Amino acid sequence: MNDTRFSGSDRYVATPDLMMAVNAAVTLARPLLIKGEPGTGKTQLAEEIARSLGRPLFEWHVKSTSKAQHGLYEYDAVSRLRDSQLGESKVHDIRNYIVKGRLWEAFESDVQPVLLIDEIDKADIEFPNDLLRELDRMEFWVHETRELVKARHRPIILITSNNEKELPDAFLRRCFFHYIRFPDADTMEKIVRVHFPALKKELLAEALARFFDVRETPGLKKKPSTSELLDWIKLLVAEDIPPEALRGDDPKKAIPILYGALLKNEQDVHLFEQLVFLNRRAGR
Amino acid sequence: MLVRFFTDLRAGGVPATIPEFLSLLDALDSRLVDSSPEEFYWLARLSLVKDERHFDRFDRVFAEFFRGAEKVFEKIVAELPADWLQAVTQRLLTEEEKKRVESLGGWDELLKTLRERLDEQQGRHEGGNKWIGTGGTSPFGNEGYNPEGVRIGSPRGRHRRAVKVWDARDYQNLDDGRELGTRNLKMALRRLRRFARDGAPEELDLDGTIDATARNAGLLDLKLVPERRNAVKLLLLLDVGGSMDPHVRLCEELFSAARAEFRHLEYFYFHNFPYERMWKDNRRRFSVTTPTWQLLRTFNPDYRVVFVGDASMSPYEIEQPGGSVEHWNEESGRVWMSRLVAHFPRLVWLNPEPEERWQWTPSVQITRELTGNRIFPLTLRGLDEAMRELKRSGGHPAPPAG
Repeated sequence: MNDTRFSGSDRYVATPDLMMAVNAAVTLARPLLIKGEPGTGKTQLAEEIARSLGRPLFEWHVKSTSKAQHGLYEYDAVSRLRDSQLGESKVHDIRNYIVKGRLWEAFESDVQPVLLIDEIDKADIEFPNDLLRELDRMEFWVHETRELVKARHRPIILITSNNEKELPDAFLRRCFFHYIRFPDADTMEKIVRVHFPALKKELLAEALARFFDVRETPGLKKKPSTSELLDWIKLLVAEDIPPEALRGDDPKKAIPILYGALLKNEQDVHLFEQLVFLNRRAGR
Repeated sequence: MLVRFFTDLRAGGVPATIPEFLSLLDALDSRLVDSSPEEFYWLARLSLVKDERHFDRFDRVFAEFFRGAEKVFEKIVAELPADWLQAVTQRLLTEEEKKRVESLGGWDELLKTLRERLDEQQGRHEGGNKWIGTGGTSPFGNEGYNPEGVRIGSPRGRHRRAVKVWDARDYQNLDDGRELGTRNLKMALRRLRRFARDGAPEELDLDGTIDATARNAGLLDLKLVPERRNAVKLLLLLDVGGSMDPHVRLCEELFSAARAEFRHLEYFYFHNFPYERMWKDNRRRFSVTTPTWQLLRTFNPDYRVVFVGDASMSPYEIEQPGGSVEHWNEESGRVWMSRLVAHFPRLVWLNPEPEERWQWTPSVQITRELTGNRIFPLTLRGLDEAMRELKRSGGHPAPPAG
C-alpha cells in the first residue's frame, strides 16, 4: 500500500467497492462519476480523498445557470469597458480582466489536486459536453490572450450527480462510474461509530433498528438517509434520550422520538401517524 | 476470453463501448485488481457500466459468463498433474491450513477426495445449483476459482461470497423504464420545449448592446430583451377513480413534473372516458364542473392535449349514449372524444396499463382508433414518443364523428 491508495479515513467509511472505484480513478487518471441516494456522502467523499491523500481540494459547485466556461475562465468585459471610459491604465492589458475559474486553478496547482465538480446534473444538458476536451486532454485555450493552459498535474476529478438529468454518452464514456448504495446495517453501524465514537451500544442498536424500520415503511415519499440518521442521533445524544425510550412496547405503535430529523415531509409524517393509529387500534 | 465478455455484455443490453473496454484492460494491466473475483467484478462494472439502471443487466451477464469460465477452469483442474497441484497448494496454504490437510489424511488422500469431489460437483452443476456448496467447511469448498491461480481450501469461502454480489441482483429495481421518477418525466417532457421571448424586457441583450454601443461611438447603450420562456401550452386531462387507483402515484408524478415544466398548463379530470363535463377539484366533482363545450371554446387548437387514462372499461361506456357508469350522458363518449380530437390536432393518450394487455381490452382498441393510433404507454419511452408526436406540427386527420 503506497500513499496514493485511498482506503477510507477515520471520518469516512468506504466500502471495498468504493475504494476500488477511487483507486482505479486515481491510478488511471480518469474522472470518477458518483451517483447515489441523497445523503450518502457523495460530496464528502471528495473532501475525504483530498484529506487522506494530502492533496489540495478545488470545489466547483454547479448551479442551474452554470456554464462550462465558468470553470475555465471569464472575461470581465463590463469592468474593462468601465475602466476604459474612466481612462484607467490597466485597461491596456487584457490579462487584468481574465478571471480564473476553478478548473484553471486546479490546473495550476503545484501538487496533484482533487477537483470536485459537484451536482453536474444541475446545469444545462449541454454542460458536460462542453467539458469533454478539457477533461480529456487537461488543457484549454484562452481565446482572449491566445495562450494554452495545460494542467501541471492531472487532477483527480470527482463528479457527483443526483440524476436530475441524463448525462451525455460521450461524457459518460470518459468517466468511471460508481453508484453508492444505501449502506446495509453493518456498514451503517460503522458509519455511526465513526461519527459518535462514545455512543452507548444499546442506544445505537435501538436507533439503528428504528431507523431501518422507518426506512422500510412502504409509501414514504422521502426515505431518511445516512445524513438524516446522523442528525437524529446527534439530537438523541444532545437530549440525552435513554435507549429504553426508543424501544417502546412495539415499534409500530409509536412515532419515533424526535422524528423531525428523520421525516422531512408533511405527507410522510401524516402517513406515519395513520399507521400508528391503525396499529394501535388493531392491537386492542 | 474478455472480448467475449464484452460482446456478451453488449448482447445483454449493456451499452458498453470499445474505449470503455480498453480502459478496463488498462485497469487490469495496472494491477488494480488483487486477483479476487469481487474486485474484478467491481472494476468491470466501474469501467463498463455508466448507469445504475444497467447494473442488473450487467449482473446477469456477469453471472452467466462467470459460470462459463468456471466450467472451463474445472476442466483444467481435472486434468492437472498431481505434483503441480500439490506444489501450488503448498504455496498457497497457510500453516494452519496445512495442518488441517494433514489431519484429513495427508496429500494423497486429499487429492483423491478432490478429484471425486470435482466429478461429483460437475454432475451437480448441470442441475443448475452449482453455487450452493458446502461453503467454508470443506477443505475444497466450491470456491476454488480465482482468475490467476488456484486457491484451494480457503476457509472463508470467498468465492461464494463474491458470487453473492452479482447473483443477488440488488439493482433489479433500478432497471428499465418501469420506475418513473419525476425527474425522468421532466426530462421527457422537456422535449416539448419551444422557447419564445415574451413579457417584460429584463435580460441583457448582449448583441444588441454591442451593436447599439458601437453606433453610439463607444458610449455604453444597454439593450434589454424579455427572458426566453417555454411557450408550449398544455392541456392535461386525467382519468381518476376506479380502475386508475393503482396508477395514482404515477399520475401524481407526471402531473407534478408537467406542472414544473410548463408555464401554460391547464388540467381537468374525468372518469373513465370524456363526456360532457369535466372537473378540476375531485372533492367537489359533482358540484363544480366545467362543460366540455366550454373547454372546446376556451382553449385554442394550439393547445397540446394529453389524456392520461387506462381506457379500460366496457365498450358500452364509449359507444352508447347513457353508457357512463356514473351519470346519464345524452351523447356517447365516442362523440365527445371525436369532438376533442377534431378540435385539438395535437393530442395523445397516455395509458399506464402495460402495453401487452391492451390487445385484450376492446375499449383500448376503440380509443386507439378514435385518437388515430396516438395512444402510448406511460413509460419513459412511451412518454418520449408521445412528446415527439405532440411536437409534430400537423397532427393526424381526425376520424369522422360517429
